[in-house]
Amino acid sequence: MSELTTIVENTLETRFPEVVVRDERKGYEGFIIQAEKLVEVVTKLRDDFGYDYLSSVTGVDYLPEGKMEVVYHLYKSTGGSALVLKAQTPREVASVPSLVPVYPGAELQEREAWDLYGIHFEGHPDLRRILMWEGFHGHPMRKDWQEAYYEEDSKPYKSRWPDGEVWRSEDKNTFHKNVDYPAGFDPETWVPDGDASLYAGLGRVVKPGNGGGLGTEQVVVNMGPQHPSTHGVFRMVVTLDGETITALKPVMGYLHRNHEKIGERNTFLQNMPFTDRLDYLSSMSNNFGYALAVEKLMGVKPPERAEYLRVIMAEFTRISNHIWAIGFLLNDLGAYFTPMLYAVEERELILDIFEAVSGSRMMCNYFRFGGVARDLPEGVYEKIRKLVYDRLPRKIDELDLYLTNNEILRSRGEGVGILTPDQAIAYSASGPLLRASGVPYDIRRADPYSIYERFDFDVAVRYHGDIYDRYMIRLDEVRQSLRILQQAVRDMPEGPIQEGKPQYQVRVPPGEAYGRVEGPKGELGYYVISNGKPNPWRYHVRAPSFVNLTPLEIMCVGNKVADSVAILGSIDIVLGETDR
Amino acid sequence: MSEELNTPGYEIPPEMQGQVAITTLDKIYNWGRRSSLWPLMFGLACCGIEMICTAASRFDFARFGMEVMRPSPRQSDVMIVSGTVTKKMIPQIVRLYNQMPEPKYVVAMGACASGGGPFKEGYNVVSGVDKYIPVDVYIPGCPPTPQALLNGLIALQKKIDKQSIKEVRWYQKEPIEAIPIPVLGPDIMDPREYASIREYAQGKLESESSSAAVPAEEAA
Amino acid sequence: MDGMGILRGLGVTLKRFWETYWDDIVWWLRRGRRYDSEEGINHRMSINTRGIFTIQYPEEKLPVPEEFRFIPFLLYEEGENGEKQDRCTSCGICAKVCPPQCIWIVRTNDPETGRPIPEPQEFYIDVDICMNCGFCAEYCPFDAIKMDHDYELAVYDRVHNNIYNKEKLSKPVSYYSSIRPTNYTREEQARAEAEAAKAARRAQRN
Repeated sequence: MSELTTIVENTLETRFPEVVVRDERKGYEGFIIQAEKLVEVVTKLRDDFGYDYLSSVTGVDYLPEGKMEVVYHLYKSTGGSALVLKAQTPREVASVPSLVPVYPGAELQEREAWDLYGIHFEGHPDLRRILMWEGFHGHPMRKDWQEAYYEEDSKPYKSRWPDGEVWRSEDKNTFHKNVDYPAGFDPETWVPDGDASLYAGLGRVVKPGNGGGLGTEQVVVNMGPQHPSTHGVFRMVVTLDGETITALKPVMGYLHRNHEKIGERNTFLQNMPFTDRLDYLSSMSNNFGYALAVEKLMGVKPPERAEYLRVIMAEFTRISNHIWAIGFLLNDLGAYFTPMLYAVEERELILDIFEAVSGSRMMCNYFRFGGVARDLPEGVYEKIRKLVYDRLPRKIDELDLYLTNNEILRSRGEGVGILTPDQAIAYSASGPLLRASGVPYDIRRADPYSIYERFDFDVAVRYHGDIYDRYMIRLDEVRQSLRILQQAVRDMPEGPIQEGKPQYQVRVPPGEAYGRVEGPKGELGYYVISNGKPNPWRYHVRAPSFVNLTPLEIMCVGNKVADSVAILGSIDIVLGETDR
Repeated sequence: MSEELNTPGYEIPPEMQGQVAITTLDKIYNWGRRSSLWPLMFGLACCGIEMICTAASRFDFARFGMEVMRPSPRQSDVMIVSGTVTKKMIPQIVRLYNQMPEPKYVVAMGACASGGGPFKEGYNVVSGVDKYIPVDVYIPGCPPTPQALLNGLIALQKKIDKQSIKEVRWYQKEPIEAIPIPVLGPDIMDPREYASIREYAQGKLESESSSAAVPAEEAA
Repeated sequence: MDGMGILRGLGVTLKRFWETYWDDIVWWLRRGRRYDSEEGINHRMSINTRGIFTIQYPEEKLPVPEEFRFIPFLLYEEGENGEKQDRCTSCGICAKVCPPQCIWIVRTNDPETGRPIPEPQEFYIDVDICMNCGFCAEYCPFDAIKMDHDYELAVYDRVHNNIYNKEKLSKPVSYYSSIRPTNYTREEQARAEAEAAKAARRAQRN
């Protein structure tokens, strides 16, 4: 922990005696703050100590103690390690003050905690369910909430072995489906919400006036969930004044696959392949973050060669993700499919390497706690070398020549969807979105993990914060990734790839850990709590695609409806991660 | 092409071979349909990415007449359900299916679309899209590689080849009923099951009140 | 100047368009077979690929690397008289490590003593749940379950087809050694070494 952090922590305790208490639980860090004083303390932290970036907000259900906890991870946008704050509240009437007035970036994350945990955030401007729909019974992440196919609290299930007569879960359900209804429910009298609460909230933003002349009526347009521009099953509800957007609401949850609920039932290792399916375009980075978080708890470090392999795979992932994102951005801007095809071709070559190394093109499942799954097979090293020294630099230059300075791209992209640096920080934007707005914040430099200190690379940064800069920054980052790759390929030592023996049942001491990596989409964080059992007590993913959608509205308002498609494309979301 | 269409058993004079083909109506009709299956541009999850890769240059399903991916269900023939089907999404999927014109086909791509996949136990996951709409081909795998998807699409073409105009459902006299769109209640509800849902919920209430000491059994 | 960016971009497209023909011509002049041949597929997969990139499935197939994993399968040793000896001892590690819990194993019990016999009576995998993660193969101490390369598994009916039983899952060791030769050699070596070490220890003890 840096000196500055210690100073902050000491002052915190003296300045707010009895309000701020050090978290003394074994393996825990940070402070527990009296819920009523939360806003006051964080305002102080933001204004006086520079903790201006709220990374993650999440709820934890401590069922045995009968309380809920909300965990906040604060960072400085100038770099450094986390300040962890916690607010506790009784389980029955869970309520804490909302931090949206201080950090607007908390908006979606607090809604998620409300949806999944039923924690009420006092003062939240638009506290609705976000991943499930209004009217769903119960708050599913609560430890005492059970789904229709509930079998046991933790895996492995006893029914699988030694007397594993096969059955399908649906055969045991009354309706032969994954459904359950509360007692005494009558479907005939049920009135579905039908998004009424969503539409009611659309008037929240102050609308610019129409000026003089004829009066116009605003219309609400739904884009998605099945819409070719939304990169999956995402939905934008926009209010239009003519063609100008006056309000926009992101609606998500159409791919909510209960990653965290399943993750808390899995053993630690079993979660690894599930992380692949978060951001399915960059599974290696997802593995990386989760491995870091659990390794922090376990206190193991992978051997040298494994570290290099991890970096190589993570940077390849970044390249393949960024060229894919560029291709899709151009799709959204109307250059239908041709840039995409060129990008996919290079991506396929990278996927060939992933497939040879890990066994699968997309769902790599390559990282293990304290190492990686297997060494490079024969011939792959040569292929990687040729790719990073010869082909990819050439092809990136070609992509650059092909698209950069294209007049159509410039006129569609420049000055559209602007996010200022202050807004980007306040709205917890991360990754290329943050750096394109002129904030040179890259976790690989700001809070280094693995062996990134050893490599010589620049943090890409652009200053306009518009679509065009977000396109440019991806090209820049690909070039920087290639630099890292070239160094990593050159320096990679021989040696073991796994610390200790590979185990399927790892021992994780009690405690909490927050592992975060600079994923291709932004800050990917894993918050893991272990209570010494084989499966995590809490497993939370701070998904960059999800949090980066918080500033979508302020980026879109005032632009034309066609621009919203491009703005969404320039954020580069993946729905598997947004909805989890 | 003419070899493909020719029905054996008819003699074609040598000078006309390669110029004419004698075929059955079924055969030419099926040939036409299976050679231009337009998929709905509809990616749900991870498998959707592999579907895009299948459309891209390395695997290129344009070779099968499928390159025209239609964003509108009104113009598409085959719906590739590519990914996890959630309860929040299933009303839209059923609506899209209803909007597709006959003849229409559904391919369940990957474990999730077929039977819930690794996320089956999740509270928001539908255990297989076939619980709501009829599926023609199931492709296992998580995710199926592009070649596995192509294999599934070829399987669909083979299925089309076996159909007969006399028996296909879209030429029958009785009208094809649209599938009722599920409703988002406390859990997803099929409008056809309202009576049994009420019965189940009443039964649950009674068993809860009669034996308050014994916790009510979960439906699973 | 306005329009230069677009022209440059079109130039790139034109170059790529030209390359598709150029590469074909080069191959034709060299009398090589660019299509329907192993050489041609390897060229299109290689780092130097240019021109037409398509692998014409199903006539051509993109070769899968050795580590490629799809659905798991069970290995059996073939005896001299054609009898099948399962490698699986029904220890249950694969069922325990399986993340989505798609493996079901019925252990065989000796009818007389009631004690378990190291051989599964039944072994099921629900491929509608399986996530192809490869953990079962990775952590099996007996090398009895491995990941298959066969991905052509499309079916018309999942209810009857997609729960694989032991019969459907079992494949001979020779098949395994053909799809994963390096892994097979390494495992056989390790096993031989372990046997030798065991024998040495036994000899030492005596």
